[in-house]
Order: sequence, then structure tokens, then C-alpha cells
Amino acid sequence: MSDRISVAKTYKLYLGGKFPRSESGRVYPVTDSKGKFLANAAHASRKDVRDAVVAARKAFPGWSAATAYNRGQVLYRVAEVLEGRRDQFIAEVSSSEGLATKKAESTVDAAIDRWVWYAGWTDKIATVLGAANPVAGPYFSFTVPEPTGVVGVLAPQSSSLLGLVEVLAPVLATGSTAVVVSSAERPLPAITLSEVLATSDVPGGVANILTGRAAELGPWLASHGDVNALDPTGAAPADRVELAREAANTVKRVLTVPEAEPDWTAAPDLTRLRRYLEAKTVWHPLGV
Amino acid sequence: MTATTSTSAAPATPAPLVDATRDDASLRRFLLGLPGVDQVGVEQRAAGLGTRSIKKDAKRWAIDTAISMVDLTTLEGADTQGKVRALAAKAVRPDPERQDTPRVAAVCVYPDMVATAVEALKGSGVHVASVATGFPAGRTSREIKLADTKIAVDAGAHEVDMVIDRGAFLEGRYMAVFEEISAIKAACGDAHLKVILETGELATYDNVRRASWLALLAGGDFIKTSTGKVSPAATLPVTHIMLQAVHDWHVQTGELRGVKPAGGIRTTKDAIKYLVAVHEVAGEAWLTPDLFRFGASSLLNDLLLQRRTQVDGHYSGPDYVTVD
Amino acid sequence: MPVFEYAPAPESRAIANLKDSYKPFVNGEFVDGSGEPLKTINPATEEVLAEVGTASKSDVDTAVKAARKAYTSVWSKMPGTERAKYLFRIARLIQERSRELAVLESLDNGKPIKESRDSDVPTAAAHFFYHAGWADKLEYAGYGPNPRPLGVAGQIIPWNFPLLMLAWKIAPALATGNTVVLKPAETTPLTALVFAEICQQAELPPGVVNILPGAGDIGASIVEHADVDKIAFTGSTEVGKAIQRQVAGTPKKLTLELGGKAANIVFEDAPLDQAVEGIVNGIFFNQGHVCCAGSRLLVQESIAEEVLEKLRYRVSTLRLGDPLDKNTDIGAINSAEQLAKIRGLVEAGDAEGAQRWTSPCPVPERGFFFAPTVFANVHQSMRIAREEIFGPVLSVLTFRTPDEAVAKANNTPYGLSAGIWTEKGSRILWMANQLRAGVVWANTFNRFDPAAPFGGYQESGFGREGGRTGLEAYLNV
Repeated sequence: MSDRISVAKTYKLYLGGKFPRSESGRVYPVTDSKGKFLANAAHASRKDVRDAVVAARKAFPGWSAATAYNRGQVLYRVAEVLEGRRDQFIAEVSSSEGLATKKAESTVDAAIDRWVWYAGWTDKIATVLGAANPVAGPYFSFTVPEPTGVVGVLAPQSSSLLGLVEVLAPVLATGSTAVVVSSAERPLPAITLSEVLATSDVPGGVANILTGRAAELGPWLASHGDVNALDPTGAAPADRVELAREAANTVKRVLTVPEAEPDWTAAPDLTRLRRYLEAKTVWHPLGV
Repeated sequence: MTATTSTSAAPATPAPLVDATRDDASLRRFLLGLPGVDQVGVEQRAAGLGTRSIKKDAKRWAIDTAISMVDLTTLEGADTQGKVRALAAKAVRPDPERQDTPRVAAVCVYPDMVATAVEALKGSGVHVASVATGFPAGRTSREIKLADTKIAVDAGAHEVDMVIDRGAFLEGRYMAVFEEISAIKAACGDAHLKVILETGELATYDNVRRASWLALLAGGDFIKTSTGKVSPAATLPVTHIMLQAVHDWHVQTGELRGVKPAGGIRTTKDAIKYLVAVHEVAGEAWLTPDLFRFGASSLLNDLLLQRRTQVDGHYSGPDYVTVD
Repeated sequence: MPVFEYAPAPESRAIANLKDSYKPFVNGEFVDGSGEPLKTINPATEEVLAEVGTASKSDVDTAVKAARKAYTSVWSKMPGTERAKYLFRIARLIQERSRELAVLESLDNGKPIKESRDSDVPTAAAHFFYHAGWADKLEYAGYGPNPRPLGVAGQIIPWNFPLLMLAWKIAPALATGNTVVLKPAETTPLTALVFAEICQQAELPPGVVNILPGAGDIGASIVEHADVDKIAFTGSTEVGKAIQRQVAGTPKKLTLELGGKAANIVFEDAPLDQAVEGIVNGIFFNQGHVCCAGSRLLVQESIAEEVLEKLRYRVSTLRLGDPLDKNTDIGAINSAEQLAKIRGLVEAGDAEGAQRWTSPCPVPERGFFFAPTVFANVHQSMRIAREEIFGPVLSVLTFRTPDEAVAKANNTPYGLSAGIWTEKGSRILWMANQLRAGVVWANTFNRFDPAAPFGGYQESGFGREGGRTGLEAYLNV
């Protein structure tokens, strides 16, 4: 009996809840860490960025207005579904990043746990960052954190899954929506993650994942008038200055990121959640 | 002082507001449909206007105007004819050594003292105002209230200060309050009717606004804050709301109605704050005793002391003004 | 008809202790700046008030060095309990010298004395008092167990609330352990330099606060200085963007508080008289020189005429004139340049077909004044509905439904503030939730408090000032 020929997967973009090819029709070959061909990934273009921003903006009112409890459940569902496909991710992370199985396992486990961590934050962050303000006058004044809006994320180039989760999950936890450019050389876990998102009750358009080059797509995200914040993690350090300058033209919130990729296994903190939240202060008189 | 009538004698409801008083339901709908009053907002506005700095000529003008707006009042169980005559003398010549001091607008007494006051003030131009309708509580029958009014008017009162039925108002029986004011207005004949809302018992600014409109609809020539027997009596924010009501009434009907804060206004400084409010909330047209009064007793002496300070250029003392 | 003419009631300008000349404040001393001295003028009379020494680029370097030295050797090492006491001292000194500061502010800025006296100066003191208490409690602020300061903060402030904006900047910076190089606005440097005296009186260690008068180029020098760790800017969106570009790619932490075009939304069930007060306060407070001014009135169509009638009456009672007169409601426009900008936009409003009404109040012949102006029949497509006028000019638009009000209110790249007037509680909360603005005032407007975070969405900037949230701007978190 001959060996069975496996069914190869076509890796496409994740945009508006669907899996289209790049409008440009472009693809690029993806290899494993040793240079062996794995697949052709869609090579996203600036028009894909444009479409993704439209999808993210369209999804924003619904996602930001969803109850925090609901968002928490959705993010937890992502963890559940990810857990169910743990072996697939271990294999993909292992081949993409050239990790030994054990290391790949711990990386995937950390990624799953990261979703759980952020899932739990959705209905607590307002308690921790909000306030009833003791103003000197006959007013009730309160401050609540609200999601910034559409966030452009240039995902880390090295850490194809855990790093991606760490830059994406906090965006979604706040109620913002995301347009993510995945690692260029290691895009396959990102697309597989898209499949997880698509089957985890994450509404279409809330997370959009484009495979392609940060150097090519980053400037379009940075200059886009309908993008409110930018995470330049995956941009080459030399490109970040120009991205930040572009972003300044629309007063985007630009994350300050370390020159080199950080250790994504380090315990997360509130920093990224805070970056995607705007404090809104409301006043009302107290009277009869 | 001229006894200008600011409204026609018959309490006819102005055309644009006829619908409001057609029946109980219409009246209720109208009053509850008035814009709300935000407490913090109105108090801030009143406090803000209270910081106006009135100096020199403006202050002198304000003091004289305030004196001419005083309803010099005695409403005590211990009132006697002697007390009323003394007050009348003071009303005509508030500062005997300063003959250019204006006389006050009116002397305000209980109905049984009206005849005494009328006699004492004959020919002076100072009006006699009488409280009536079971003042201050008003907790008596319609018959007695009307009789009380008739006693005052028959004795020669130029002005009647009635109290509204706060119980009925707070029960939401607005038509009952309306009808009672209308009936008293009719009983007043040519006498001017001031309608005391007793705002201290109405508790909210929304109620003050509704009661103001109710009294205006029913034909009150003046709306007056308080009896002076309930705390709080007149306050600046309450007076603001009433001034706003007569302003808006004028915009809608073309008629000029008056406002009288009463009780608790004791100093010239306070009186000037009220005049500033009259000026800026109601409008310049209200800066006349025909349309604005102070219900007060001790205020007059402070106005006189401050008047002397302005005229003489140095501070005066309580022994230089009369105790009556 | 009787006439109640308020006699002039000017506050004495002698109270301001105005000096002929003022100097930059560096390392605890007043020094001769090597920039070209500027003459600051009284915008109400156009007369020169004083000559003010300005900083040059090298002075910026000297000041940053002084701030760095003070940070390293004194301020960052000092326990929070001790830092707090300096801030409390400063708060008290501002209170004690409040009359002087108020008169000086009105002279230099043109704002009515009643505002500088009752609002600017007391709120400035309150900011120091509030932040003083934070200095030894930062571990409770929710930024981890030992939040660290950033270092040297460069701060650039505008001319509309000179002392108050200084307080908003310096108080949190010092409370969190940073040292400061601050540039006041070119046209309003005086109260900042009296504040420098207060620092001396408080015996604040030299170099903790440095104040450098100058023009935009000095601001730019501060922004680009390599040894500055933090930039805080309040001013126009245009300059804010330039600063963000300048800081791009550097490790400097940046917070921006920029322009706005706030919607003040009045529903048919609003407390109308207070709404009218709120509209007036929203656009005519401080001559409309307020980034969060309610410059777009959105009024429900069913009450538009009634509101406009009440508004015109109310606006006609506003008293325009001598800023030092205690009865002045509207003072002088801060500069000829700003006046020209306001006039330009008003002409655009005329040309675009909006219906202009101007208060009939008398306008002084000398000085920079602009009578309160209300444009009716304004539409979203007009410049006066989109651009920040920063003057006493209100644009009135109408709406039919809550959704339409939200859509119009949010239809701007700005997002600083908004107002809601309705007596329906659930609508207030729904509207507050829908409006994309950092501050939402419901049934009130233009309220400020050091305990309440303030700042914008979108192109109105990022970062907050005030409250626990505001500390983040000056902490390494």
C-alpha cells in the first residue's frame, strides 16, 4: 500500500471574518526554519490593508458595545479552541520557528494561557483603571476606560504564535478591533490562529490578519486616517521612526516598543491594555 | 408713586395660554411640561451674578431704588395700632434727616390693621398691602379666605398678599390652587394681588417654576416667594426662577408681572444682588416698584445706613437711623 | 425706564506688582536669557506690560542640565513624603499670592478678573494640593509596587490658561519625582515667572523647576533635546502633530492635549434655562479660548427657535470690556494674531451662508476684542462647524433624533469634550457612552477638577491630566 498523499492547506488572509486571497493575487513561498518549502502564503497588499481597516471599523461598534462578560467568554473560547488544536500549533510553531518539540509545546501552552489571562481582564479592567472622582463640587464624576478604536498591529517577526497572541489579545480584550500584519517569514501559525478565531465566536472583522511584509504594509497602516493606534513591534527598528512620523499626522497612539523582540514568555502586565484604552470622564450635577 | 396697573383688572388668560387652563388634565400637562430646573445650574448662575461689583453711582442708585421697593412689613401677633402707625411714619420718611430719601413702596400688615395703616398713610403715596387668605398657613376654608380678602380690600388695602394652598399643590391638585387664586383675584377688585408661593415648603425648584406659572395663569399681579414664617424664605436662586418666569410670561403674552422676594433679605449687599438679578434675568423693565418689591423690615435700616455712608463718605452707626 | 448702569469696578493693577522686566528661571535663579527679549503686551490696551528675557538654544541645554542634575542628585532620591511637602508649600503660596496672580494673569492674558480670580488661580492651587498628596502614595496608584519617574520633563503650555496649564503640567511631574523645564506661551509668560518666585519662596531645590520664556523655536529645542525624557504639550493640533513627528522614534514619552470642536447637545426635554447658561459658559468662558469649548451647539429642531431666542437674550447681557473690571464677562482676545484668525473664520461663516447674530454690546476701540457671536443655520459641511475657532463664536446646528445627534457630534477628527442636556437619565448615560470624547459634561459644562482626568480621543491628543489616570504620563510604566 502506497503512502497516502496528504491534502495541503491553502493559506489565505483573514479579513472581515472571511478567508480571501490577496486582492493582488500575490503569494510568496514560506519555508521552515531549515529552508524547506511549507506553503505559499497570500502576500497582502495595501488594498488588503484598506479592506481590513474598513472591516475592523465596521466591527468596532458591535465589539466595543458587547458586554465585557461576553468579550471575556469569546476570548476564553479562543483559548478552548486553541487548546483543542494544540498539536497542530506545536507542529507549526516547531517548523516555523525551528523549536524543539518541548519548547514548542511550552510556547503553545503559554499562548493558550495568555488568551485565558486576557479573557479574565475584560470585565475587570474598568474597575482597575476607572474611578469615581471626588471632585470639589456638587457633581458626580466618573472615569471609565473605553476602547481606542481600530488598532494596526505589526506582529513580531520571530515569535509567530505567542508573540502574535501577546500583541493581539489585549487589543481585543479592550474592545478595540485589530488589523494585524503577521510575521513575514513565519506566517503560518497566524493563519491557523485565524481559523481558531473564526470558529470561536469572534465576530467577523474584529481581528483581521494579513500575511505579508511589515515594511510594505506598515506605512499604509501608520498613515491611515481611520486607524487609531499602532503597534510597530514587527517593524524593523530602522523603519519605526518613519512609521511613528506617519502616525503623528493623525495623532495615533503609537506603542513604545523595545528595539529587539522581548521575551514573550515573561508575565504580561497591563501596559498593552492601557495603551488601547481612552479614559472618558463624565460629569453630572447632584441636585433635586 | 403711580399705581400703574400692569395687568387688566379682569384675570383673563392670555390667548397663547388659554389651552393650559382648560381643565385639570390640561393644566397638569402644562405645568409638568415646563422645562425642568437643574438645581446646581441655577444656584451657580445665582452665585455668579452675586459676584457683580456695584460701586459708586450705581450703588447709590441701587440703594435708592431698593428703598423705594421695600414693602415695610410687620406681621406679628403683638402688632398694635401704635406699632403700625410708627411703621407708617417710617415708610413715608425713612430717614427724617435726609429728606431726599425715597419713601418705601408699601406697608404690609394683617387685615385688621389695614384701616390703621390706610389712615396713617393717607396722601403719602405709600401703598397699604395686606396679607390675607388665612396667612401664613392658609389652612382654612375658601369662604374664610375670601372673607379675609374682603376685609382687607374693604378697609382700603391697595394690595393683597395671598398664600397658595401648598397642600393642594403638593397633592397635585393644581386646578384647585388655580381656582382659588382666580377667586381671590376676583375678590381683590382693583387691589393688586401678590401670590405667595411659600417656596420653602415647595422644596424643589421645579415646583417653584410650576407654582410661578400657575399663579401667573390665575392672574396674580405679583408672585412672591414667602410668608417670612417658614425657613428658608427668599433665596437668590428661587428669585431667579421667578424672575425667569415673569420674563418668559412677558415674552409670551406681552404682559408685565412682578416679583417679590420676602423674608431673609437683611443687608444692602443682599438687596443689590437681587437688583442685579432683576436687571439681568428679568430685564431692565422690572427695575421699578411696580414690578419688584422686597418684603422686609430690617433691610430698610441697613439700606439707610449704607445710603448715609455713600452720601457722607464715612461709615454711619445704628443710632443714626430710627428703630421703628 | 430706569437704567442700572454698573459703575466701573476695576481691580487695581498695582496688585499685580508688575515689574519692568522678567527673566528666565534656571537652576533656582533668574538669569539673563541669551534669546532676543520679548515685549509682552496687555491685549486689552495693546500697551507693553514688561520686557521678558527669553531663552536661546544654549539656555535650553543649561536648563536641561540643571534639571538633570536636580533629578539625579536630589529630587529622585528624595522620599515622597518630603516631595509632597514642597508641593503643599507651593499650593499654599499660590493661595497666598492669589490676588497678585489673578490680576497679573488678567493683564497679560486679557481674561476677565472674575475668571482668573475665581477659576484659574484657585484651580491651579488645587492641582498642587491634590498632587502633593500623591507624592508619597504612588505605590497605591495601580502602576505596580514601585513606579519610577521618567527623569526630566519638557513641558510646553498655551496662552489660554497660563498659570492653570502650568499647574496641570508641573504638579503631577513633581509629585511623581520628575524635574521640569517648562516653556510658557510667548504672549503670556508673566505668571509662570511669578510662579518661579514661588518656587524660590518654597525653597524648592534648584533645578527642579526651570522656566524658559520664548517662542516656538525654544519649544522645539526642548522637544529635540536628547536628555529630555518626557514631553508634555498642550496647544494646537497642528503643533501637536509636529511635536509627535519630532519625538517619533525616540524613547521620549509623549502626552498631547490638543484642539477640539466639541458638540454641546441640547434635547427638547433639557432644563432649558440652565442649558442656555451651559451654552454660554461653554463657548464664551475665557473668550472661547478653551480647547474643550462647546463650540458646536447641536439643538433638537423642535426647540431650536426657543433656545436661540433665549440664548440671544442671555448673550446680550454679557458685559464685554476691561478684563480688570470685576463685572466683565468677556475680556480681550489674547493677541492680534488670534483676533485675525477669529475674524477670518467668521468671514468664512458669512460666506458659507450661515446666519450671523452678534451681541449688541459696546466694543472698546483699543485692544483686541470680539463681540460674542452666534451663527445659526450652520451645517456640518461649513468650516465654522469643523475648524476650531478658539474665540467667542458659536455655531448652531440642529438634529432630529438621538442617533443623528451622536452622528453629528462624533463627525470630527477631534474628540476632546462634549455636552449633553436632557432630564432623561437613561439618555444621558447612553449619550455619554456613545460620544467619542474624553470628557462628557451632562447638564453642566466646562467643569474641571484635579481629581477628574482630562484629555482627548483621536486628534485631540493622548494621555490624561488629573486623577490617578494622569499620573501615568509621568511614570515609567
